[in-house]
Amino acid sequence: MLDLQNITKVFYPGTVNEKMALDNINLHVNKGDVICVVGSNGSGKSTLFNLISGTYPVTNGKIVFDGNDVTASPEYKRAMTIGRIFQDPTKGTAANMSIEDNMITAETKGMKGLRISLNNEKRELFKGMLESIGLQDRLKDNVGLLSGGQRQALTLLMTVMSRPKMLLLDEHTAALDPRNAQIVMDLTERFIKEYALTALMVTHNMQFAINFGNRLIMMDEGTIILDVAGEEKSNLTVEELVRLFRNLRNKTFDNDEGLLTKT
Amino acid sequence: MIEGIFVDGLVFSLMVIGILISYRILDFADLTCDGSVATGAAVATMAIVAGFPIFVALLLAFCSGVLAGMITAAIHNKLKIPGLLAGILTMTMLYSINLRILGNKANVPLLRVETLYSKLPQALSFLPSEWASLVGTLLVVLFVKVLIDIFFRTDLGVSMGAMGGNEQMVISQGINPDILKLMGIGLSNGLIALSGGLLAQYQGFADANLGQGMVVQGLAAIMIGEFLFSSNRISLLTLRAILGAIIYKALMFFGRKYGYLVNITPNDFKLLTGILVIASLFIAQTRSAASSAGAKKKAIARSLAKHTGKEEEHA
Repeated sequence: MLDLQNITKVFYPGTVNEKMALDNINLHVNKGDVICVVGSNGSGKSTLFNLISGTYPVTNGKIVFDGNDVTASPEYKRAMTIGRIFQDPTKGTAANMSIEDNMITAETKGMKGLRISLNNEKRELFKGMLESIGLQDRLKDNVGLLSGGQRQALTLLMTVMSRPKMLLLDEHTAALDPRNAQIVMDLTERFIKEYALTALMVTHNMQFAINFGNRLIMMDEGTIILDVAGEEKSNLTVEELVRLFRNLRNKTFDNDEGLLTKT
Repeated sequence: MIEGIFVDGLVFSLMVIGILISYRILDFADLTCDGSVATGAAVATMAIVAGFPIFVALLLAFCSGVLAGMITAAIHNKLKIPGLLAGILTMTMLYSINLRILGNKANVPLLRVETLYSKLPQALSFLPSEWASLVGTLLVVLFVKVLIDIFFRTDLGVSMGAMGGNEQMVISQGINPDILKLMGIGLSNGLIALSGGLLAQYQGFADANLGQGMVVQGLAAIMIGEFLFSSNRISLLTLRAILGAIIYKALMFFGRKYGYLVNITPNDFKLLTGILVIASLFIAQTRSAASSAGAKKKAIARSLAKHTGKEEEHA
C-alpha cells in the first residue's frame, strides 16, 4: 500500500542548524496494517508523517502509494486518499462554521462545484453519523463551541466519512483529558475495523502500542530501530521494549521516561 | 438629501461586501481594493465614453477587478509572500495602469453621455429623480447580495469559508487552497470594481485617486455593521455590510454638513475614519473581554456554590 524507499530528510541544509531528521528510512506498509509508531521526542515520527502526507518535500528517496509515485505530489492531492489527524484538535475543523457546513466540506474530497449539496436529506444522514459521538442535536452549532474532545471526535468522523485508503494519526488523543481520549480512541478502533482501514499511529504510550494494531515501529534519531509484527509484537512487554531499546542503541531512556510512559 | 445618502451608501456597500469577503470570510488582508475600485471606475467610464451599453461597461469593470484580485492572489500563492504585501504591490501597479486606462489623464468626466444615473430617472419616470436613482441602485445591490448569499451556500462557497477559518482543514479535504484564494480574492475585487463603476457614474467622473483610503473606509463600515447584530449566516453578514455602509456614509454626510461647527473639514475625514476603526476595534475588544470576565465570574460563583453546598453536606 505504502512504500518508503531510502527516505532522507535534512532540515536547513548547509546552515549551522542543519539537522538530519530522517536518515535513509525504508518502510513497507501492507494493506490493512495498523501500525503503532513509538519513539522519543525528536526521533522523527512527526517528520515521517509530514513526508508521507506531503507537508514537506523529501530531501532524498521515493514515496510510492498504492502503486503510484507520489514523491512530488502536493499535500492536497495526497489528502484525497490519505486522511490525517493532528494532535491539535483545532486543526481538523473550521471553528467559524457550523458542524453541518464542516461535514458537507468533508463529505466528498477534492475541489467543490457550484452545487448546494446540503439539504435535509444530508442533514438526516449527518445526524445519524453524529449519534456515535453524541452531537446529533448540534448540527447548526459553530464548531468553535465544542470541547477539544468533541472536536477531535468530529475530525475523526469527518476524516473517515470520505473513506480514505490510509489514516495517519499523529498523537491524536494526546491533547485530550483521559476520558475524552478514551472515547476518541474507542471510536478510532471502531472506524478502523468498520472500514478496514490501513493506519499509522504515533503514540507515547508503550503499553497501548503493544496492545493496539498488528505492528509496532520504534524510531530513534531519524531511523527505524525496531519493526515487529504479529505474534512477536503481541508477546512484547513494556520492560522488554525498554530492554530492546537499550540493547539496540546502547543508551537509556533517561529523561524520556515522561514521554514514553508505561501505562 | 436623505436619498442621496442612501444611494451613496448602497454604491459603497458593494465594495464593503467585497472587503467582507476578503477580510472576514477568507481572512486575507487585501489592500488591492484601493487600486481596483479606481480600476473599476476607469474601465466603466472609458467603456461608457466609448459608447458601450451601461450593462456591458459594468460587466467589464467587474472583470477588471476580478483580474486585479487574481494577480494579488497569484503573487501571494507563487512567491509565498504575505497577502498584505501582495495587495500593496498590485495596488501600486494599478495606479499606473489606471492612468493608462484613463488615457493618461487623472480625471475623465462622464459628460453628455448616458449613465445609469441619467437613465434611471427616465426609466422610472413615475418617481422623483433622486428616488429613481435610489430604487435602481437598491435593485442592483439586492441582486448582487442575493447572488453572493447563494454562492456562499454552495459547496465551493462553503469550502472558501472553511479556508478562512482553517487552511489546513481545506488541504486535508483534498482542495488546493491556492485556487480558492484565486477565486475568492478575484470575486472580492470584482465587487469592489463594480462598486467603483457605479460610483464613477453616480459622481459623474472617474479619478485615478478615487481609491485612496478605501480599504479603511470599508473596514469602518464592516465594523459599524458588526455592532448592529451578531450572526455567522452569510445572508445576515452581507445585510450587515450593507447597513454598515449606509450608516458610514450617513456619518460622513453629517460630518460634512455640520462638521464646520466644530471646525472639522472633509480634509479630516481620513483621520476620523481611522479613529473610527480604532475605536470600533477597542470597543469590540472591551466587549468580548467584559463578556468573558462575566462568564469567569459566573463560573467561579458556580464552583463556590457547589463547594459551600458540599461543605454544608459534610457539616
